[in-house]
Amino acid sequence: MAILIDERTKVLVQGITGREGGFHAQQMIAYGTKVVAGVTPGKGGTLFGGSVPVFDTVEEAVNATGANASVIFVPAPFAKDAALESIEADLPLTVVITEHIPTYDAWRFISHARRKGKRVIGPNCPGLISPGRSKVGIMPGSVFERGVVGVVSRSGTLTYEIAYQLTKAGLGQSTVIGIGGDPIIGTGFVDALEMFNKDRVTRAVVLIGEIGGNDEEMAADYILKEVRKPVVAYIAGSTAPPGKRMGHAGAIVSGSEGTVAAKAESFKAAGVQVAVTPDEVPRLVASSLKKTSA
Amino acid sequence: MKLFEHEVKEIFRANGIAVPPGRVVSDPAGAVVAYEWLHVPSVVIKSQVLVGGRGKAGGIRFAASAGEAAEVTRNLMGFNIKGEIVKSVLVEPRLDISKELYLGITWDRSARAPVIVASASGGINIEDVAHENPEAIKKIHVDPDLGFEPFVGRELAAKVGIPREHSQIFAEITGHMYALFVRYDAELVESNPLALTGDGKLIAADARLNILDDALFRQKEFGAKASDRLSELPPLERKAKQLGVQYVELDGSVGIIGNGAGLTMATLDLVKYYGGEPANFLDAGGGSSEESFLRALGVLAENPKVKLIFVNILAGITRCDDVAKAIVKAKTELGLNKPLVIRLAGTNESEGRKILSENGMSAYSAMEEAAKEAVRVARAGEASA
Repeated sequence: MAILIDERTKVLVQGITGREGGFHAQQMIAYGTKVVAGVTPGKGGTLFGGSVPVFDTVEEAVNATGANASVIFVPAPFAKDAALESIEADLPLTVVITEHIPTYDAWRFISHARRKGKRVIGPNCPGLISPGRSKVGIMPGSVFERGVVGVVSRSGTLTYEIAYQLTKAGLGQSTVIGIGGDPIIGTGFVDALEMFNKDRVTRAVVLIGEIGGNDEEMAADYILKEVRKPVVAYIAGSTAPPGKRMGHAGAIVSGSEGTVAAKAESFKAAGVQVAVTPDEVPRLVASSLKKTSA
Repeated sequence: MKLFEHEVKEIFRANGIAVPPGRVVSDPAGAVVAYEWLHVPSVVIKSQVLVGGRGKAGGIRFAASAGEAAEVTRNLMGFNIKGEIVKSVLVEPRLDISKELYLGITWDRSARAPVIVASASGGINIEDVAHENPEAIKKIHVDPDLGFEPFVGRELAAKVGIPREHSQIFAEITGHMYALFVRYDAELVESNPLALTGDGKLIAADARLNILDDALFRQKEFGAKASDRLSELPPLERKAKQLGVQYVELDGSVGIIGNGAGLTMATLDLVKYYGGEPANFLDAGGGSSEESFLRALGVLAENPKVKLIFVNILAGITRCDDVAKAIVKAKTELGLNKPLVIRLAGTNESEGRKILSENGMSAYSAMEEAAKEAVRVARAGEASA
C-alpha cells in the first residue's frame, strides 16, 4: 500500500488538450499511471495521444471509464469550475495543479469538498507520487524510488531535491505529496500525517515546511499527540527578510510568527528531528529507521 | 497589489463605511486649498505610501493653519519612508477620537476560511497586540455556506465590547467590509484605527485594501494601476517582475538563482549556513525554459552587489541542457563576466554537463558542495578586493 494513489488509481485529466495538461498526461502515462480519460468541454469524442478518450464533462468520463481521481490543469480563471465539477461527480480525489487561482475561488471549492467528504490536494501544487505505482501531477518520476519513507511538502522543487537525496541514499518513498504553497489548500500537513500514520508501508515521514503561517506548528502538535513513527523535518526560509514574499504566497514572515526558528522549536518539542541542511535529511531518516527496527 | 489610503477611503465612502472628508494633494499650494476647503482649525496630513509603519517613521503630521499645512506638505513631499518616496499627501480634519478600534478581514490559512478580526485595542500594530495581549483580539471565521449575515457582526461587536449604542453600526461596517473583501478579491481589508469619535460616530480613520495579484485578471479597474505600481519597487525587482521571475533583493554578495521557490529559499539558507551572504532570492520558475534562465541571469548580471552567481538547479521539468545553454549564452551574448558556481542535477544532466565542459565550465552535483564553493569564492573575492 501507499496513501491516496496506487496501481489501481484511474486518473482523468481535466484540461488534457491544453499545453500543460497534454504534456503532463503523457509524462504520467510514460510513468505507468493509468490515465483513463481526459475532459475538455467542447472536445468530447476525440482521442488524446491516440488512446485516451476525451469527454465534455467529468460525469460522462466517470461513467464511461470508472475514473477515481482527477488532476486539473485548466487555467486559473476556470479552475474553480473544473474542481467543483470533479467534486460534484463524487471523485474521491481531486488534485489541482493550476497556480494563481484567486484565494476566494480556492475557498469555494475546498470548503465544498470538505462538506462532501472528498479530498482535494492543492491548488498550486506538484501533485503526488507513489513511486513505482502511480503519479498524479507533475513530479519528475526519475528522482523517486519505491520504499518506506512518506514525504509531505509545501514546496515543489525542494521536494524533488530531498527525494533525490533520499533515493541516492537508498531510502525509497511510499508516497510523496506536494500540498502546495497557497494560503488556502485542500490537504494540509496534519491530513497527510494522519494518512501516513495509518499506512502500513510507511515507516518514517519527512515533512518539508517553509516560513509563514502556522501549519508546521499545528503539525508539531498533531505529531506529539498521535504520531509514533519517526518524523524528520526540514524548514526552508531562515534567510527570508520579514514582510517579503519569497515566491510562494504563503511564504511571508510577519513578526516572530512563521519564522524557521519558531517552527523548529515546535518540532523539537514534539520529538521531531529537524535537519539544518537538505543533505542531513537522509542521514536522520536512516538513523531513525535503524532505531525503530532495532 | 496594495492600494493607497486615499483610494481605499474612496471605496469605503462609496460602500457605506464612514471616512473623514479629505483631499489628496502633491504640493504646498494644494495643501492650502485643502485646508481652506476642510474649514476646520486642525488637520492631519498623511503621506500616501504603500509601506506600513509610516506614522512611526514621521510620515503623519498635524497642522493648525493654512501656512502650517503648506509647510508640512513641503517637508513631506519627497520624504523617504522605508525606501518609498512620498509623492502625495492626504489632508483630513484632525479627528476628536475617544476610542481607537481595529477591524480587519483576511484569510486564515489554518481555518481555511476568511477571518474577521476585531479589537478594542486599535491604533497600534495589530500584530503586536496579538503577540502581547492575545485576549484583546476577537476573531470570527466566515462560514462558506452562510457567508456574512448581520448577526455575525453583532456577535463580533459583543465579543469586542463595543458600547450598545454603537454595536448596530459596527455590525453594518463589518458587513460592508466583508462585501468589499469578496468583491475586490482582497488579501486584506482593514481599518486601523476604526475611530469612535467624541460625537459618537464610527469613522475609518485609516483604511487598507490589498488586492490579490492573482485576481487582477478579473479586477480590471486595477489592472492598469498594477503596472503603475511597479514603479514603487526597487529597479531590479521591477525588471524581474516585468520578466515574470520571482526576485527579492537582499544585502549580501552571493547572487543566487534556483528553480522553484522552495529550492531557491533552501539555497539561500545553505549559503548563509556556510557563512556567505545571499544578494538576492531569484526563482527562475519550477518549469523554466532556456529563455527564462537567460532572463534570470540577465537580472543578476546587472546587479553590482553580486560578486558571483550560484546557479542551483535540480531539474525535473526543467532540463539541465537548457540551463547550460542559457549560461553559455549569458556569457557570450550578455557579456556576463561574474564568477559562476553551478550545480546541475536531474533531467538531462549529462547533456547539460557536456555543454558546460565544451565551454570550459563544470558543475557540482550536490547542492551542499556547490554552496560551500560559492561561499569560498565570495570570500576570496572580498579578500582580494
